[in-house]
Amino acid sequence: MDATIHHISKPHPVTGVTNSKLGTWLFLASEVMLFGSLFSAYVLIRTGSPSWPHGWTLLNVPLATLNTLILITSSVTMVMAWASLALKDLGKYRLYMGSTVLLGLGFLVVKSFEYGSKFAHHHYPATDTFYATYFTLTGLHGLHVIGGIVLNTYLLFPGSALWKKEPDQFLGRVEAAGLYWHFVDLVWIFLFPVLYLL
Amino acid sequence: MSQTNGHSHPHGAAGHDSHELPFWRKYIFSVDHKVIGIQYAVTGLLFLFFGFCLMMLMRWQLAYPGQPLPVPFLANLFNETQMISGIMLPEFYNQLGAMHGTIMIFLGVVPLAVGGFGNFVVPLQIGAPDMAFPKLNMMSYWLYFIGGILMLASFFVPGGTAQSGWTSYPPLSVIASSGQTWWLVGMAFLINSSLLGSINFITTIVQLRAPGLSFFRLPFFVWAQFVTSFLLLLAFPPLMGAAVLQLMDRLAHTSFFLPTGLVVNGAPIAGYSGGGNPLLWQHLFWFLAHPEVYVLILPAMGIVAEVIANNTRKPLYGYKALIYSVVFLGFMSFIVWAHHMYLTGMGTGMSAFFQVTTMIISIPSVIILTTMILSLWGGAIRFTVPMLFALAFLPMFGIGGLTGLPLGLNASDIHLHDTYYVIGHFHYVVAPGTIFALFAGVYYWFPKATGRQMVGWLGKLHFWPSLIFINGVFMPMFIQGMAGVQRRLYDPMQYAHAQPTQVLNVVMSVSAWLLGLAQIPFIVNFFYSIFWGRKADQNPWQATTLEWTAPSPPPHGNFTSEPVVYRGPYEYASPDSKSDFWPQAMKEKN
Amino acid sequence: MSGLTHEEVKHHVAVYIRVFAALMALTVVTVGVSYLHLPLALAIFVALVIATLKAGLVAAFFMHLSGEKRIILAALLLTVFFFIFLLIFPSLHAL
Repeated sequence: MDATIHHISKPHPVTGVTNSKLGTWLFLASEVMLFGSLFSAYVLIRTGSPSWPHGWTLLNVPLATLNTLILITSSVTMVMAWASLALKDLGKYRLYMGSTVLLGLGFLVVKSFEYGSKFAHHHYPATDTFYATYFTLTGLHGLHVIGGIVLNTYLLFPGSALWKKEPDQFLGRVEAAGLYWHFVDLVWIFLFPVLYLL
Repeated sequence: MSQTNGHSHPHGAAGHDSHELPFWRKYIFSVDHKVIGIQYAVTGLLFLFFGFCLMMLMRWQLAYPGQPLPVPFLANLFNETQMISGIMLPEFYNQLGAMHGTIMIFLGVVPLAVGGFGNFVVPLQIGAPDMAFPKLNMMSYWLYFIGGILMLASFFVPGGTAQSGWTSYPPLSVIASSGQTWWLVGMAFLINSSLLGSINFITTIVQLRAPGLSFFRLPFFVWAQFVTSFLLLLAFPPLMGAAVLQLMDRLAHTSFFLPTGLVVNGAPIAGYSGGGNPLLWQHLFWFLAHPEVYVLILPAMGIVAEVIANNTRKPLYGYKALIYSVVFLGFMSFIVWAHHMYLTGMGTGMSAFFQVTTMIISIPSVIILTTMILSLWGGAIRFTVPMLFALAFLPMFGIGGLTGLPLGLNASDIHLHDTYYVIGHFHYVVAPGTIFALFAGVYYWFPKATGRQMVGWLGKLHFWPSLIFINGVFMPMFIQGMAGVQRRLYDPMQYAHAQPTQVLNVVMSVSAWLLGLAQIPFIVNFFYSIFWGRKADQNPWQATTLEWTAPSPPPHGNFTSEPVVYRGPYEYASPDSKSDFWPQAMKEKN
Repeated sequence: MSGLTHEEVKHHVAVYIRVFAALMALTVVTVGVSYLHLPLALAIFVALVIATLKAGLVAAFFMHLSGEKRIILAALLLTVFFFIFLLIFPSLHAL
């Protein structure tokens, strides 16, 4: 009997997408709602507060700007990794994917400096609602960065074995991981001005 | 037609070597949607039973307040933080209440309706060999399982389990004992399980339909599951966000939900900055929890539609109206949530907006119920056991839906909010509503899943007492509610205005215990029939949809060859066919 | 996306570099504007416009949404609607 699942590597003739592409976008839709609820919380708490400090008075804007540039660059290296694979250049793929992983780790290093400095000055999530929203929003984002780094590392090393057997399916996986990583960048693109610049 | 990847490497999916799989990979860590569906269904039924037991305990306290349990054996099961000499403590009553709701909704009904029926039936009804992501499917089940274990384990932590209602409103939930943290973590697992499942369902239905099976030839059951999956996908994440915030409040002492100047037991709360808003939780919670109730009802409506079409031997009336209504219903369900918050002081503008959307959402609901009722007209009705449950669903859901109207209207809700009227309303939709439909589904698809028929007279012995006693439990609640009897009270009769209704508590509790007894024929029937039931053939109900073209039970991969669909799902009594049904995948006339 | 030719991918790469430059520039702009200490409402408006622009570039070009299939766009449109609703409504209690 034919028990094979269709449209894993070849797109569906009507919808035009593979299963993993549709599944990934659906997952990202749910993530939009997750971060949406946290932004909604931020709006409600801030508009309900009698006063709210400007982000630049309490947070490190230069460090966060650096982090923004790091994340944007990592998005470029990520999409270049996919493009290299589409051009069948495994070596370039590894280079770009490796850069993406390193940049992601760099983001986390900068973040840990930020957090460390806050803790050293006795600013914790419990301090007030400003810090509560700052730590929670950036913390959840940071967890998503970690998840992306783990995924990308997998695709860089053990996962890349699939390239030899099923190149189209592996390309699809890299594209899916790319979508996720760009989304993480996208969230930061909003988090950065909202928390630090307003 | 798109090509498959023509080689023997199984994509972790429907591999060709299932007969070589060891027992633990074939039945425990299986990636086959049918095995996973049965796992969900059995686990869900067990949780339904457990949640029912919690309720039976609560109903003792309500019928005979402050009295010790009549059965010493039962009383010995509980420790002195729960009962003293068999007399229930208020804290334990609250735990029972919070966990009855949580377990029934998140561990019982939804896993059975979506995880169980959805997983088992949907790939078969669309002619697919399995779900789009079989490994993800397996992970979904085990995340649910872990979440369930955490919820059960929470009963044993110091201070007991969650006791702030299934709604977990802060500030109470933030200052509650550690059981609440277990609830939050358990919910996180359940939410993720649901999310992965919904991604799987949507992708499967969009991508893996058999040739010829366009969207407007899908069985209504598949449409219902499709819309349900969108609700789960988009509405659950805000509850995840809210759970993260409540965990931060509880563990990191943030004040997302704690207002400034909060006083607890006469003293200002220590260690919190304040500045938060309890309404934030309510908004985020109900943003999920309202679509959640449509998650509870939609698969049930899908099952009822299938059973009615099959047992009237004629097409469903208003198939297109059903589809447009269920899609519109799903959309509207996202923008009615604050009707649960009319009494929070959020303002008349907000209340007016949500009242309007709430009234609008009753329209598709009524259309769906009406088309199902009209489907009976002129039918050659077969009173099989699934049909009995499906028929009962109609007036029961009608009562549930109608009693929602005075709750959805702001003015009358002032009187009825947080009373037993609310409990009566939602139980009517979910108990003689959804759960009856789920029973219909069990009796209907049991032959497909097991290859055996359930015993008919035992099914009727299950149905009739259940119908009578379930009304005995919930109908008096409307009377109590209108009399002003408040919900979530260990001792509602502490208020003089409630006392004349105490006799109803006895009626309801006795009905509940008898309702429990009425499930015994079902349990006996279920297990007996698995082993010794009369063998069923491929299509014992002479049905038209694709699952009935697969063997009973279907093998790994489901179909011997990929089905091709030629017509709609309910071609019964077609003038073009000799027999009274014309299967979707049969090219020639039947 | 096995359907893409070498030329198409190379063209995409040229676009990626340009988008990269635009994102860097917009980041500088948004940080620079913040030093102007505009009145809050205006500052929020400007910051969100720039952020939306940057996000749009990432979504359209890095995530290949520009020219993506209808089913994906439809799912996202639905999501964005509910996202905006969720973002705004809980805070409307003043009404």
